[in-house]
Amino acid sequence: MTRLLRLPWLLIVLLLVAGCGQAPPPGGAASGVGGTIRVFAAASLTRSFTTLAHDFERQHPGSTVELSFGGSSDLAEQIDNGAPADVFASASPVNMRQVVRAGNARRPRPFARNTMEIAVPPDNPGHVHGLDDLARDGVKVALCQPQVPCGSVAREVFARAGISVHPVTEEVDVTSVLTKVAIGEVDAGLVYVTDVRSAGGQVHGIPVPAAVNASTTYPIAATSGSGNPATARAFVALVLSGRGQRVLARDGFGSA
Amino acid sequence: MSVTLAGTLARGSFRAGLAVGVADREVLGVLGPNGAGKSTLLRTLAGLLPLAEGSLRLGGRLLDDPSKGVFLHPEERPVGMVFQDYRLFPHLDVLDNVAFAGRCRGLSRRVARAQATEWVDRLGLGGLAHRRPDEVSGGQAQRVALARALAREPELLLLDEPLAALDTRTRLDVRTELRRHLSGFAGPTVLVTHDPLEAMVMTDRLLVLEAGRVVQDAAPAEVARRPATPFVARLVGINLYAGELDPDTATVALDEGGSLVASIDPGTTGRVLVGLRPSAITLHVVPPGRASTRNAWPGTVTGLELLGDRVRVQVGGEPPALVDVTPDAVAELGIEPGLPVWLTAKATETDAYPDVATLPA
Amino acid sequence: MLGLALLVLPLLGLLVRSPWADLPHVLGEAEVLDALRLSLVSASSATAIALVLGVPLAWVLARSEARAISLLRSVVTLPLVLPPVVGGVALLFAFGRTGIVGRWLDQWLGLTIPFTTAAVVLAETFVAMPFLVITVEGALRAADKGYDEAAATLGASRLTVFRRVTLPLVRPSLAAGAVLCWARALGEFGATITFAGNLQGVTRTMPLAVYLAMQTNPRAATALSLLLLLVSVLVLVGLRDRWLADGRRR
Repeated sequence: MTRLLRLPWLLIVLLLVAGCGQAPPPGGAASGVGGTIRVFAAASLTRSFTTLAHDFERQHPGSTVELSFGGSSDLAEQIDNGAPADVFASASPVNMRQVVRAGNARRPRPFARNTMEIAVPPDNPGHVHGLDDLARDGVKVALCQPQVPCGSVAREVFARAGISVHPVTEEVDVTSVLTKVAIGEVDAGLVYVTDVRSAGGQVHGIPVPAAVNASTTYPIAATSGSGNPATARAFVALVLSGRGQRVLARDGFGSA
Repeated sequence: MSVTLAGTLARGSFRAGLAVGVADREVLGVLGPNGAGKSTLLRTLAGLLPLAEGSLRLGGRLLDDPSKGVFLHPEERPVGMVFQDYRLFPHLDVLDNVAFAGRCRGLSRRVARAQATEWVDRLGLGGLAHRRPDEVSGGQAQRVALARALAREPELLLLDEPLAALDTRTRLDVRTELRRHLSGFAGPTVLVTHDPLEAMVMTDRLLVLEAGRVVQDAAPAEVARRPATPFVARLVGINLYAGELDPDTATVALDEGGSLVASIDPGTTGRVLVGLRPSAITLHVVPPGRASTRNAWPGTVTGLELLGDRVRVQVGGEPPALVDVTPDAVAELGIEPGLPVWLTAKATETDAYPDVATLPA
Repeated sequence: MLGLALLVLPLLGLLVRSPWADLPHVLGEAEVLDALRLSLVSASSATAIALVLGVPLAWVLARSEARAISLLRSVVTLPLVLPPVVGGVALLFAFGRTGIVGRWLDQWLGLTIPFTTAAVVLAETFVAMPFLVITVEGALRAADKGYDEAAATLGASRLTVFRRVTLPLVRPSLAAGAVLCWARALGEFGATITFAGNLQGVTRTMPLAVYLAMQTNPRAATALSLLLLLVSVLVLVGLRDRWLADGRRR
């Protein structure tokens, strides 16, 4: 169904692209770039990768990028169990290492960095103005569980700041933390800078001082089992390119 | 403590206008075909159905009167009921079934069981106290149901076809026994039945219901002798004919053809019923001699039915009749369907009485 | 037979792939024991609450002749079709700090439900109670009203009839409903993690612990699943012998 619907749309895009007289992209059909690839990416990359996938399809007419966003550990697990991914972009080197070790990806490249920020509901019911407030009694804090990158990075920040925070809940991923903040169930959460930005007005961000802030590095790799390796490599190249880095920076990522 | 009911019973779209009274120690039998309103009457007395109009009193107490907004629920009435299917609680043993009413009165388990034990013993169920209802026989279950209802210490006792669920043999024993227990009950009793023998043996008075109306209210013997409707006549096994009486000749012109000379009470006139017991009719295979004191008419045998030690012969004619003969006679006379026969009955055995119930045609 | 295979094969897979040797080790971890204890306590509490609240509800559904009852019945079954995560969100909107009820609880009593063990119990009750209600309602509907009448003529008030006659008569279904409810509550994940959050010893039940372990140590996750499976089977078999057989003979 989806495929049938997509076909005429693709044709229209092709015609438009051709009509605009755009130059054929470098390394086009000649180098075997085309068809469909599946990109498994960490949830925090949703905004950036949606933009980049769109760019990619424009640059390589005839190609389609299907995006699958989720927790990095979930995605890694899926890939190791044979999910048909062509590209894996993880929010943490740990999960990438798991996939590489299982022989399902090779030579990952770091492409972005993400630092932490305090997210509070717009009306800031807990009167949270800085990191120290998170350790205060009666302030309800949501964190990611320590087993996922956003959780371990958050704990690194607290260690550097020398504070001890007792969360009321340890969520399975950063999106869940953000949701609990947005609907006002907790007074604050420690999430990625990019999450605060993508949440728009739903949460208010309070910066973490650079001296104590910690970050996670995002690696990307084409998978070993890809049925379309040329296109997969081309997508990885786009993410690493200047254009890719500009999009990521726009969304709040630091360069790796 | 007598019970009086006058009003309209209602169950779904069924309506029945009745006036019934039962005295203390009196056992009123309610007889009638299915759908006559017997169980509706019983359920109304029990409080499982409210009156549509009228009133119901037990002793001095008003139980139900819609015009006054009075309706006591079953649990608020001192009424004991034995259901046709007994409805013994399957999850309780015999003793706890009987102790149920006591527990509902707020007695402790120990006291309620002690009281129940008395009832269980009185009804001869002592050895069964710790059996489950599915572990006792039908007759025993019937006694448990009675004990359970009596343990309520009711002022009015209701029994819905108490013997219907029993086999013929058991029924005989239980009937006698039940009669004994009922005679020991101080309040009024209402017993619904469609078994005429049960009605004869166990009740002091019979109320015959048909289509929501009382068609006869009399002593059982009177009902048996002078049934008011074909239904009752069939039940008690009597030939019943409706007709017009000529008082001068004591002859009744029957609606279904033919005529009978009958014995009548002085002053009887107009529409009458004629009752003729099957055993009062003699069957002949040759024409009998004429006599003015007896009725004689020809007919044809249409069927035979063995009833214990006698044979009931159905004879078509004017009028048709059921005739009881001995099995010997059947063999001797060669009685079989299609055989032309003559019937005779003495006028003194042919009982004509006023038709008060206005028979349905 | 195909149906049986569909039910049994995944369980078989779990059993075959399970690291049985890890089991004693897994059982020794405080974190696991916490989760197991929390799971058993909260599922049992949820079942108790479902019995107290759900049985009267089932009775109303079975015995009322009001026309609105069919609507009420659909409302009761709604949590069955609702994805548990959506149920969790719905619970947040109702009992959360900014929820339509939770707001007042917070303002007047200083009481917040989310992220507490009470929230786990509430989420499990929400998801599992319909199983009990539906089972018991069916049994009540099929139960012979003649016994209720007999009890009434023996002087039993409606409450007494319900307590002493109706309930004992539907006891096998009551037990079955409670077991279903308990099992569903024990396995509850979506509504719990959404509404109650996830914190060791407070809201992290076994299913949450399994999910958590799945992200870092699939082997441990399998061992945990196996543990949850074994404990449920043990409890269910135990209850079955006690309750279901009990319904027939004392």
